[in-house]
Amino acid sequence: MAVLRPAGDFDRTYEQDMAVLRQRWQYIVLFLFLLALFTLPVYATDSAVSLVNRIGIFIIAVQGLNILTGYTGQISLGQAAFMTVGGYTSALLMSELGWNFFLALPAAALVAGIVGLIFGLPSLRVKGFYLVMATLGAQFIIPWITRNMFKDVLNGAQGISVPVPIIKLPVIANQCFLGTQYDSDLAACVFRFATPSQFIYITLVMLIITTVVSHNISRSRLGRAFISIRDNDLAAELLGINLFTYKLRAFFLAAVYAGISGSLLAHNLRHINSETVTLVDSVFFLGMLVAGGLGTSVGPIFGATLVTLLEEFATVITPVVISILPDVAAGATAALRPLVFGLALMLFLIFEPRGLAHRWILIKAAWRLRPFSH
Amino acid sequence: MNWQLLPQFAITGLLNGGPIALIALGIVLIFKSSEIFNFAQGQMLLIGTMATWWFASPEGMGLPLPLAILAALGVSILLGLAIERFTLRPMTGQPLLSIILMTLALSQFLQGLTILIFGTVQRNFPVIFEVTNPYKITLPFQYNGNPIIVILKQNLVWSFIIAMVCVLVLWVFFQYTNTGLAMRATAEDHETAQSVGIRINRVFGISWAIAGIIANIGGILIATASGLDLSLPVVVLAAFPAVLLGGLESIPGAVVGGLVIGLAQGLVGLPNNDFFLGPEMAQAVRNSAEIVPYIILLVVLLFRPDGLFGQKRIERI
Repeated sequence: MAVLRPAGDFDRTYEQDMAVLRQRWQYIVLFLFLLALFTLPVYATDSAVSLVNRIGIFIIAVQGLNILTGYTGQISLGQAAFMTVGGYTSALLMSELGWNFFLALPAAALVAGIVGLIFGLPSLRVKGFYLVMATLGAQFIIPWITRNMFKDVLNGAQGISVPVPIIKLPVIANQCFLGTQYDSDLAACVFRFATPSQFIYITLVMLIITTVVSHNISRSRLGRAFISIRDNDLAAELLGINLFTYKLRAFFLAAVYAGISGSLLAHNLRHINSETVTLVDSVFFLGMLVAGGLGTSVGPIFGATLVTLLEEFATVITPVVISILPDVAAGATAALRPLVFGLALMLFLIFEPRGLAHRWILIKAAWRLRPFSH
Repeated sequence: MNWQLLPQFAITGLLNGGPIALIALGIVLIFKSSEIFNFAQGQMLLIGTMATWWFASPEGMGLPLPLAILAALGVSILLGLAIERFTLRPMTGQPLLSIILMTLALSQFLQGLTILIFGTVQRNFPVIFEVTNPYKITLPFQYNGNPIIVILKQNLVWSFIIAMVCVLVLWVFFQYTNTGLAMRATAEDHETAQSVGIRINRVFGISWAIAGIIANIGGILIATASGLDLSLPVVVLAAFPAVLLGGLESIPGAVVGGLVIGLAQGLVGLPNNDFFLGPEMAQAVRNSAEIVPYIILLVVLLFRPDGLFGQKRIERI
């Protein structure tokens, strides 16, 4: 769909043509939205903050999957496994080697990316169902490794506890600034990202970075190459796109995003084991992507938000279901989460396969054309 | 390496491969006729087996076992037909990703539905085969002067035999009946099949119904051996690699794939192989039954991307 613009909105320079935000009111709306997010701990309850935190972390994972599945067309059921890699890596770098979180996070992303490259290798030879199976292999092999190998470091099935990310500032004139607390062990001023209302700042900053990066990837040479591979891989190859290296780049990027997301999740939960994110989460990420809209920048944001809210809804209606069906009391939560998700995804696939992003475009177009219908 | 136990583990594994092969066959069947890879097979199996339990147990209907199994097969057929009609027929002509996601969504939906109907409690599945008297077979060769004796549980042997009989019946069905031939024609080419008067929607319905029956029988065979609870679909996760190992379109491939996976899962359980691996690695290898199918799959995909018996696709990837 062509982008509809209000009358009189012309581009005079290349910069204007490339701008994501082209009008002053868009900057204002974005600023207000971000302001509302960043001040969330001030006015929202703890559970709401931790919900937003979780949504943010999932959005990052789905954005990675969007690069791989939405743009490049390679279906992956391994996103949760790469999150596990990211989570373990940054936790171990901090606790075993004493790295700072803000170094451990990119390192975790890089390690997850390299693991993603390894499991992306079969994409050279297979696609479709076969590739799904190869990535499903990652989803089994990686958690198995964390459970059964290197037990002295990874602690087997129990998993490991994850340190709190901290920012250290020097003590200036015997005082600590910027909301930090003096820590006598470290002899420095320290800000600890321990609770969700503190951790959400890391999540939001990372989310802004990943959103900007993934949107810009999608409209650069790299993203256009990805899209051409998705639409017709033979034609893409004839256009001079090296399928193998570009598919591997997509796998790498997807796994890097998963690594960031997994690292954030681990440090948010303060504990990680092989059950933290599982195959079911990989399925959920694919569902989020389709519900939001494949191959769009806003899709992951809409999808992750919608599905996480649906899960929340399933938790809320659990007492009602128990009152109607008292027999299932113990399993009601376990039942409703997959039930609601499965039903929602099936309805989306049948009635709105282009996802919420398409609906969003329609709404925007209708708003701009108001009061006329065409 | 304890060579004395090798035949025991190999044969047990191979026999365990029987039900896996049967389940893999159910997946191949649907793929052959409609090009849909059914990720919900595990949950179809779960619902069918739960229904069998409900019809048979005193907590439910309390029917005699043969009647209960027949009733459950009826439920599975209806479930298969309903899945085909209401979730997959609207998806005709949609891209691969949508169809994969549809069966994945279906698996989640059915999982939730099963818990909602039957709860999370572990059920005592009725005992079908005698438990106490395992078969003892003395192999006709010796190791270090000791005769090699293989002890096999009765349900293991009979599950394998029943699974193989089902495979044989299906093979006869495809080879000699009109419906079976119509299904093979549909698998070959939808339009050609339509042009000779085959109603392909009916064929899709039949293949889902048969897949439901197969899933139900496979589930019963597994539940008699290892009990019935919500972890039953996990077994199917070993059948997915079996399908691809043999090749997506190949019925003999599914059987061979299932047996190979069973054999490999049996062999890694072989004790006392820490001779050259060290105790920790040996323990890890013994726990590796769940990932062995996928490791085999990855290796096979690297060297033979179409599986062992799959159709060669002439295309660049």
